[in-house]
Amino acid sequence: MTVTLEREAPVGAPVAPATPLPTPEPEPEHAPAAQLHDILIISYSGELEKVWATMLLASTAGAMGIKCKVFVTFWGLQAFVKDTKRITGQNWMQKMLSIMQRPGISHRKLSKMNFFGMGPWMIGRLARQYKDASPKELLEIAQSMGVEFIPCQMTMELYGLTRDDLIEGMGEPVGAATVIGLMNDGWSPLFI
Amino acid sequence: MTTALIAQKLDARGLNCPMPIVKTAIAIKSLTAGDLLEVLATDPGAVKDFAAWSKSTGNEVVEQSADQGVYRFVIRRK
Repeated sequence: MTVTLEREAPVGAPVAPATPLPTPEPEPEHAPAAQLHDILIISYSGELEKVWATMLLASTAGAMGIKCKVFVTFWGLQAFVKDTKRITGQNWMQKMLSIMQRPGISHRKLSKMNFFGMGPWMIGRLARQYKDASPKELLEIAQSMGVEFIPCQMTMELYGLTRDDLIEGMGEPVGAATVIGLMNDGWSPLFI
Repeated sequence: MTTALIAQKLDARGLNCPMPIVKTAIAIKSLTAGDLLEVLATDPGAVKDFAAWSKSTGNEVVEQSADQGVYRFVIRRK
């Protein structure tokens, strides 16, 4: 039987120097920033909770110094119509649609528990109580941090929207090819 | 104690995600490189969020502590 014993220096012998611990790699004074990936959010839904999620992520990306574009299409574009616009569109059907659902970021409905506006009203009150930023505040922050919101050309035509109907500071309207092109360039897509 | 060197203080207590990070990102822009910013926050997610923010922006969290639900971060501007 072999028993490994701790090596013991014989009495009187010079004490062997303790094996030094391997020194960890010194941390650089300023750790280099991580490799950043550009983020492309496709804002498709127009419901309050989804618009909120879009604004939350977009403003955070802006705060983190990450390049972020938001392609705003279909129902999502309704949130980017100025809050003050009541009826939009060129023909009666487009106008009717804007009457059926009021455009503007402050007039979003919940996909669940809407209850004729009671759901969004309660969510809004709770958010204020807990000091959560509203989608509108987050949108303004995101814009100030360089997040670019790009309207979908096709959706604008479908709803009969003009550039004047949309909020200030939006990018040039583009189409699907631009979105696919960005993804092909390595932008990480996120569909909300 | 680094208190003497802190160039600016930000009170983000009571604010929820992502506002502590957003306000920090705004505040840090008004500092010059090497300056320290002190942030107070109560959002429990802030600890991990500040680490992620620091990693992506390169602004270093030089000090961090928690006292009765209040998190204190000292950040050096890159």
